[in-house]
Amino acid sequence: MKTVQFAAKFEYLDEIREFVGTIARDGGFGDKDVYNIQLATDEAASNIIEHAYEKIADGVLELSCGVKNDLITIILIDHGGSFDPSEIPLPDLKADLSDRKIGGLGIFLMRKLMDEVHYEVKPNNSNVLTMTKRKR
Amino acid sequence: MDITVQEFKHCDMITVKGRVDSATAPQLAQALESANDGGKYKLVVNMSDLEYMSSAGFRALLAAQRNCKRYNRGEVVLASVPERIREALELAGFTELFKTFDDPLQAVGHF
Repeated sequence: MKTVQFAAKFEYLDEIREFVGTIARDGGFGDKDVYNIQLATDEAASNIIEHAYEKIADGVLELSCGVKNDLITIILIDHGGSFDPSEIPLPDLKADLSDRKIGGLGIFLMRKLMDEVHYEVKPNNSNVLTMTKRKR
Repeated sequence: MDITVQEFKHCDMITVKGRVDSATAPQLAQALESANDGGKYKLVVNMSDLEYMSSAGFRALLAAQRNCKRYNRGEVVLASVPERIREALELAGFTELFKTFDDPLQAVGHF
């Protein structure tokens, strides 16, 4: 498992996607899975930057990623406000244009693109988001 | 990300290249808003050289579609949507909200 720390800023999303993309590719995941793993990680990191660190200027996002036995695991840790993805209502994908809600889409994509998404608030003010996906 | 705008007789074509994420989506939103501010509501978003788009880009497209379709004055259509991006748009239920065309000029001809 490799770990890197990023300043919680949108400008690092490129590097965040590259980090997980390289590990996924080296781990034998195909193009479609690599893209989807990058997208899910981007959505997770964007949510942390936008919501968990909404009121915190110098937040740090710790990203770990590794492949073992055909399973990629991605862990994002932040020390901002807690934000449980499972509490966010799913967007109504059948709603017409005027009723379509803007929020919740990132979390919906994360859940759809990955096999498992798990969120945990640790006592030491850490929020730990773990996502896994198995090679098909 | 790089954006160019081309004016046609009946619509504008906004070509987005590179990667659209939370860092760059505001520029895309701005380009779409500028078109609307200039009285242009019939828009083709040409994605032929687009590598990546997250939900931040989807939201910019949704906001533009709402604004363009208001009073029946126009719409946003998508052209040459790369496979990976189309799959994500489909997953998000966005393909029903936008007409899509395989070819940018075919999209221009729609207006």
